[in-house]
Amino acid sequence: MTVHSLTIAELARKLRSREVSSEELTRACLARIEQHNKPLNAFLTVTADAALAASRVADKRLAAGDAGPLTGVPIGHKDIFCTDGVRTSCGSRILDNFVAPYDATVVARLKNAGTVMIGKLNMDEFAMGSSNETSYYGPVTNPWDRTRVPGGSSGGSAAAVAARLLPAATGTDTGGSIRQPAALTGITGFKPTYGRVSRYGMIAFASSLDQAGVLTRSVEDAALLLEAMAGFDPADSTSVDAPVPKYSTLLEQPLKGLKIGLLKEFFDKGLEESNAACVRAALDVCKRLGAELREVSLPNLPLSVPTYYVVAPAECSSNLSRFDGVRFGYRCKEPKDLMDLYKRSRGEGFGAEVKRRIMTGTYVLSAGYYDAYYLKAQKVRALINEDFRRAFGEVDVLMGPTTPTPAFAIGAKMNDPITMYLNDIYTIGANLAGLPAMSVPCGLVNGLPVGLQIIGPHFSEAKLFNVGHLYQRETDWHRRAPAGYA
Amino acid sequence: MYDCARFFSRSGAAKPPKETFATMSDLTRKEVEAIAHLARLAITETELPVYVASLSSIVAFIEQLAAADTANVEPMAHPLAGQVQRLRPDVITESDHHDKYQKNAPQVQAGLYLVPKVIE
Repeated sequence: MTVHSLTIAELARKLRSREVSSEELTRACLARIEQHNKPLNAFLTVTADAALAASRVADKRLAAGDAGPLTGVPIGHKDIFCTDGVRTSCGSRILDNFVAPYDATVVARLKNAGTVMIGKLNMDEFAMGSSNETSYYGPVTNPWDRTRVPGGSSGGSAAAVAARLLPAATGTDTGGSIRQPAALTGITGFKPTYGRVSRYGMIAFASSLDQAGVLTRSVEDAALLLEAMAGFDPADSTSVDAPVPKYSTLLEQPLKGLKIGLLKEFFDKGLEESNAACVRAALDVCKRLGAELREVSLPNLPLSVPTYYVVAPAECSSNLSRFDGVRFGYRCKEPKDLMDLYKRSRGEGFGAEVKRRIMTGTYVLSAGYYDAYYLKAQKVRALINEDFRRAFGEVDVLMGPTTPTPAFAIGAKMNDPITMYLNDIYTIGANLAGLPAMSVPCGLVNGLPVGLQIIGPHFSEAKLFNVGHLYQRETDWHRRAPAGYA
Repeated sequence: MYDCARFFSRSGAAKPPKETFATMSDLTRKEVEAIAHLARLAITETELPVYVASLSSIVAFIEQLAAADTANVEPMAHPLAGQVQRLRPDVITESDHHDKYQKNAPQVQAGLYLVPKVIE
């Protein structure tokens, strides 16, 4: 087994025992990227020189015995996180020339923890998409089948981790953008509770939903990364001031007596039978581990997609008003007046899906329509939230599929936004209610990965990691590599 | 809030939105042009019909929310109950990054951002 297929936990042991150096590891990742990135299109920027320099610093710390569990571990960042001195494009033409003047808190914290940033990863433009096809830099392909999408919006992160170009990457999840690509590429994806991780320096899409998280090859790795990323940050007004448990030390609690709720609404007619079979098999594993299963109904959950497609576009139309061609980003050629400058810089700088969402948001917020759409959606959101609250009075965690189908073909859903939006039908609920949620690989259907989704109450990250870790101890789906990338 | 409704021929701002629900889903070219103007987006002639179709289908899709019974339901603005907006002391904490930030600007002069002339 070569280093590129190892998890962070395994690499950390090898780094500490000096079996491998961080520089060797970094060079191995850079070689993998050189060899495999082109057809995958996962990396937008590779920061090779800075990475090698950082790896040498890490090696000194390791030699001095002054190393944490992440020291010397190479990672990548979704190109939505600002990285000081490195182009931060958000997958958009409008930020194609934007060099971030500071580090996002997530980036800074992971840097302080000793990780080595290898580069920036492709994504749907402004994180708006479920297939990575809306990126200005072209689609990312799925390493399991390169005619298919890797999911989105953190598609570059997912493809790079699944193809063993690097052990882990950051992502963001507004409606499923970590969990859905993790499911479609056979890796672990974790979205924490709203407010758990600082969003300072993370380019905003929908502020009442956005949360940063990780894509990894094991639950244990996700726990290791989150305990370094999470925690209060005064620079983010939504950051929650609560202590961060040491998740990686809480992975072994036996599941005996754990009450698992099966989301009745998720096992609906939209769910492909082969996907459902994988999820049921995963539930059987949990049962064998001593968990109790019961069906739980969240009657308002089917309204989560239309609710989301009011709330998220409304917030995006407001957040993206800052891109105006004046202080940073793309400016159109020869504007004839200020209005022309705004309109053409934005019209030429934003891609089709981003413009569609800005216009949807503008419409639902406009006078005369605000109550009918936005206010109504916020009320339905309260109903969905109440459904979850009630469910967590009865069970410890909820389980169901992450997606209705395995990865679909590139181009298959690009002409019909509603069909594309419905791909996130099982993931959006957790965002609307601000809940932590995770996807772990639970099977293969015709050679394509399927994800099991686990959702918990607010701040139950430790429980989710615990459940996911014990599940992964019993199964080896998370160890499967796509053919040609082992 | 944008004053959008006055741009829309078929539905005046005074009309309660609920009554217009049944007919609202099909947006016209003129309405989409008005939305694009409010959003400060230049839309090309080729793009326009695509947006008319897709925005109409999105509006029709989100209209299913109207059927939900939300009587006496408080709208939810924040996913964590009881979270209040934090305040901080009104003191300067930022240092000056003027030059660094302006490196990203399309056009600057003497430390100022340049835009086309606003007042003749």
